[in-house]
Parts: sequence; structure tokens; C-alpha cells
Amino acid sequence: MKDAFGIPQSLLVLGGTSGIGLATARRLITRRTRTVWLAGRPSPGLESAAAELRGLGAEVRTVGFDALDPDAHEAVLGKVFAEGDIDMVLLAFGVLGDQSRDENEPGAAVRVAQTNYTGAVSSGLVCARALQTQGHGSLVVLSSVAGERARRANFIYGSSKAGLDAFTQGLGDALYGTGVHVMVVRPGFVRSRMTEGLEEAPLATTPEAVATAIETGLRRRSEVVWVPGALRVVMSALRHVPRGVFRRLPL
Amino acid sequence: MSIDTVSVTGWGRTAPTAARLVRPRSYEEAVTAVRECGARGGIARGLGRAYGDAAQNAGGSVFDMTGLDRIHAIDADGGTVLCGAGVSLHRLMEVLLPLGWFVPVTPGTRYVTVGGAIGADIHGKNHHVSGSFARHVLSFELLTADGGIRTVAHGTPLFDATAGGMGLTGVILTATVRLQPVETSLMSVDTERATDLDDLLARLTATDHRYRYSVAWVDLLARGAALGRSVLTRGDHAPLEALAEAGRARRAPLEFRPGRLPAAPSFVPEGLLGPTTVGLFNELWYRKAPRARTGELQRIPAFFHPLDGVPHWNRVYGRGGFVQYQFVVGHGHEEALHRIVQRLSQRRCPSFLAVLKRFGEGDPGWLSFPMPGWTLALDIPADLPGLGGFLDELDGEVAAAGGRVYLAKDSRLRPELLAAMYPRLDEFRALRGELDPRSVFTSDLSRRLGL
Repeated sequence: MKDAFGIPQSLLVLGGTSGIGLATARRLITRRTRTVWLAGRPSPGLESAAAELRGLGAEVRTVGFDALDPDAHEAVLGKVFAEGDIDMVLLAFGVLGDQSRDENEPGAAVRVAQTNYTGAVSSGLVCARALQTQGHGSLVVLSSVAGERARRANFIYGSSKAGLDAFTQGLGDALYGTGVHVMVVRPGFVRSRMTEGLEEAPLATTPEAVATAIETGLRRRSEVVWVPGALRVVMSALRHVPRGVFRRLPL
Repeated sequence: MSIDTVSVTGWGRTAPTAARLVRPRSYEEAVTAVRECGARGGIARGLGRAYGDAAQNAGGSVFDMTGLDRIHAIDADGGTVLCGAGVSLHRLMEVLLPLGWFVPVTPGTRYVTVGGAIGADIHGKNHHVSGSFARHVLSFELLTADGGIRTVAHGTPLFDATAGGMGLTGVILTATVRLQPVETSLMSVDTERATDLDDLLARLTATDHRYRYSVAWVDLLARGAALGRSVLTRGDHAPLEALAEAGRARRAPLEFRPGRLPAAPSFVPEGLLGPTTVGLFNELWYRKAPRARTGELQRIPAFFHPLDGVPHWNRVYGRGGFVQYQFVVGHGHEEALHRIVQRLSQRRCPSFLAVLKRFGEGDPGWLSFPMPGWTLALDIPADLPGLGGFLDELDGEVAAAGGRVYLAKDSRLRPELLAAMYPRLDEFRALRGELDPRSVFTSDLSRRLGL
């Protein structure tokens, strides 16, 4: 069960090698989290992530999970929930893709969309139903500022996050009053493995800062969290910039 | 029997979870409710005054017992009452005071049920004299997981597991309670100020035995030499001769007509209760109290239940809700109490409802909270940054001093500390495992702490 401050005792991370996912797990383990499930494609990286969290004192288990295999989601995640209540699901998987390559390889672009959007729709719905049955829990979904307004430089990734963001908001409304809390997290540029080698955007942040913002959001039962918080103002201005101007902005 | 799916919280309004709220109105309906509560079990709930998650059950059933609200029998000569578990102490006062009887123990609110009073084994300002509520319960009827109803007598293991057992042994249906005789419905109250914590403890140690009721309000924002400055209010039921010969009170000495103010608004801006506003309130509260006054006549609500005058006062903490922290440390551990008060003061915890009391002998309830020593209770807004970690540190102090925190108020304790705080936890778990192997009786509290 979550405590009065929204801190979970059990955590399921979908995308068990995600930098933000692991930073969040580390932070929550220092508080109340004792049981962690890391769901991801079986890999040495997943196992070493689990070992690291075990070192912090949590009981950690890994489970084979592939966003691109939605048919298996029900069975795989069902098994996790059958083992006991999950107080928080962190939907942290996602790929950035390579915009210039993906524009020429529709197949690769579709994989970005399938991972970030349809994979999340499927696993998100499975988790939402399980959380609703247990009558409590938080579903925390990592969206992105890139989904707020599609940019020339990464609209394939951006459109997938836009879909995910809209899906999550709707899901949150659907689950209102069921005891389940749904929270959209919109980080800006996060310095992590996913963005290695990319040029840093303004207001860049770290996985640890995102984890802190998630902890605060849990305490406040927030529905939308921006990281850093200033992005909320920046993006609400950018959203209203006319197309012709927006197109020419060096974003 | 009405059934709704609703979002449920405790009085602190933190950690809401959804449950089927079932309101049985008879024994038969209660038995049906327990039999059909589903895979995630059920838990009894009274008037929802437990601060944390004791009367919540995510995804399962919550039995609203306020439907069992009948007073079945009153022995006006012997001073006992047999009533349904859903009867509130408020109702008992309304009915019993005109007959010259008072409830044996009342907490800071009249709006608790008899069932809840046993389940949390509540205490009041008279703990140092009268012990906790269950001491005055002769027997109760308990609906257990098998759907059977047992009469449980005082002094049996099931009684002691249920007293303070947070509803996890079954659903209390009725109880027979021994009452306290009174001549009037007024209280004769002595008030005095204590200049710091040492002064307070010394006064309580020296003269508490002279009073039936005793409590101290502590200014936790006071610093330096004033650390722990307090206002003590102690008293007893006023005897008839204390009332003026010709006064109105003398003509109706047992009158009980509590007034109520308008309810707190449903929306309160965040951060209304910060260190500045609360510090100002505390300063005024301390200054307005007389240095020493004796024999003041107060009405029961003013003396015992000042907050009951404002319905929904819990809303003043805003949307984020609040945490109530209550712990006890034994005699001889005054140092730990000092350190905790010091830390609360240093941290500028905006708490304007902090009360300190000297407990008397504990009662045999296995998970009953009181033990001889010092108990401090305070409210803190839940959205105070870093509060979780801070309270964890205080728990450490409390546990190291052999103390414990109160489960009826808890919403955040670390489960690992529970066994140290409640040494009879294993017995409780064993009895529960035997009586209720499928964990029919389950609450968010029991899930969170692994009770």
C-alpha cells in the first residue's frame, strides 16, 4: 500500500533498463519501496539493473516483457499482479529512433510508434485493469515535451509521445474515482543513455531530477508533472506560436 | 443494505482507495456482508475518525457499521449499557447524561462508534486513572470470518486480540459497557501554564493523580528556553454543590446540548497553516491561557471535544490532507521525548493541535497502544516537503526508547518497526491465522504493515 505521502511499497517498472525508471526506483527504495519488478527484454543489462537495486535493500525480480509483443502483455503482466498488489506502475519504456533515418525507412518509424504508443496502450490498459481490481495504485507514464507540439527535428518520436500523452490523460479520466491515480510525466531533454551523443536542449534535466519530480507528484497526487517545472510555462507559450513562426524556430 | 463503490480515506484525507461500501442494518445483513465480501475481504468502519488507512480496504468491502445504531438496554442503577457497535459516543452522552451516567472514556471527539472505540482501544484524558476503553467493556458480540457470532467476555484471549486489534479479528456487533456516574454535565477545570517541557513534566508527575482528567496543549513552535511551553487543563466532573444555588445550571444539572458552528469550507487554499500562521496562533493561545485558574465550570464539549464544534474541521489542511503523529515513550525515557520535541521545534513543524499526556497503566489488548509513560500527538500538513523521512527518524527515536506509535492514527509507519513496537504482534498474527485463515478481515492498514 502507498503511505500518506503516496510512496509505494511495491513498484513495477515497464522498461526495466530505463535510466529514469531506475533512478525513480532507487529513490523510492530509499523511502518505502521493498518489492520491485523490472519488466523488459531479457538482457544482461536488465539483470545488472536488478542486482544494483538489490544492493539497495529491495527484493527485485525481473520479468520478460516486450513492448512490441502486445499479445503477450496480458499473460506476462497478469502473472506479476497475481503475485501481490502493485502500488505503482511506472511505464518507462520508449525509443527515440533516428529521425533522419526513420523518415526514409517507414518500417523503422513504425517501430518507434509501436513501441512508444501501441505498446504503451496495450500494457497500460492491462495494468489499469489490474490496478482497478485492487482498488488502489498509481500508474505513472513517461511522456515527453516532444509530444506537446511536434517539431520538425523529431516529429516521429514526438507524435508517438503525443498519442501516449493523450491516451494517458483519457485513461486518467476513465479511472477517476476508482482509487487508481494516473500521472503523466513530461520531462524535457534528459541527459541519459537514450540521448547520448545528442546536442543538449535548453532546460535539460537528469533522470534523478525526474525521479524527484515523480516523488513529489505522488505525494500531491498530481495528474501532470513537468520536469523541470519551468517547461510548463515555456510549452504553453510555444503551443500558441503560429505555425509559420514555429517552423522557423531553431528547435 | 445499501452497496456503493466509493473512494474512502481516513480523517487525515490521505491515500484514498476504492471499496464497496456496504451498510448492514441488522445481524443478518452483517453476516451476509461478511460472507459475500469477495476475494479482497472486508473491514468494519464506524464514523471514519481513524486518521490513516485503518478503515479502508482497497478493492474489497468496507462495512459501514453506523447502521447498527440501537441502544438495546440501559441498567440505570448498575451503570451499564448494551448497544449496537455503530452507536456513537455522542449518542450515548445524549441518552445517558440525563440519567446521571457518562461514558467511561472519551477521546478528543464524540463522533466515534463503540465498535471503533474497542477496535482501536481508544484512550482519553482520564487514561492515567481509568485506562483505555476496553477496560470498561464487559463483553461484546463478534462476527467472525466463518460467519458465526461469538460472545466474547472480558479477559479472554479473543477479547484481548480484538481490543486494539483494528477490526482484524472480526466485526463487533454489540457491546456491554460499564459507565461512569456523574452528578452534573459540567466539568470543574483547573488551568495552568507550564513555561517549558521540564516544568510541564514535573507538574504532571507531581499532581496528575489529583485529577480524573488531564491533558496539556504544547506549543511545538516555541524555541530556546520556551521549548515545550504548555497549557495544562485538568479537572473532574463538577459535583452538584459546585453549581450556583439559583443558577440555570442547577435547575438542569445534567443538560447536554452541544452547539455546532458552520462546517469548514470544502475548499481551503494550500499552505494556509504554515509556521507563521500557526506560530501566531500558538502565541495567542499560550498568552490567552491564565497562568493559574481553578474551579472553572466548562461544558463537556468545550472540555473534551472542542474540535467537534466545527464539522469537517479536517478540511482546513486543504486538499493534501494531514498526518497525525502520536507516539508514547515509557517513564525513564524523558530524554527521548525531549529530543523529539526539540526536533519538531527545530524543523518548524506547523502543528497547532499538539497535546501531551501522561499515561497510566496499560491494558492487556495485544495491539493496544497505551503504556505507562508520555504520549505526544500532533497534526502536520501532509504536503510538507521531506515530512516522510523526518517522521521516519522520529520513529527510530521512539522505537529505540521502547515506545510505539498509535495504529489508529498511523498512515505511514515503516512495517519493519512494528514488531519492536508491539511485542505481542506474533501472538496476534497467530490468533488471526487460526481464526481467519483466508484473511477475510483485511484493511489497507493491515496490508501496509503486514499485520
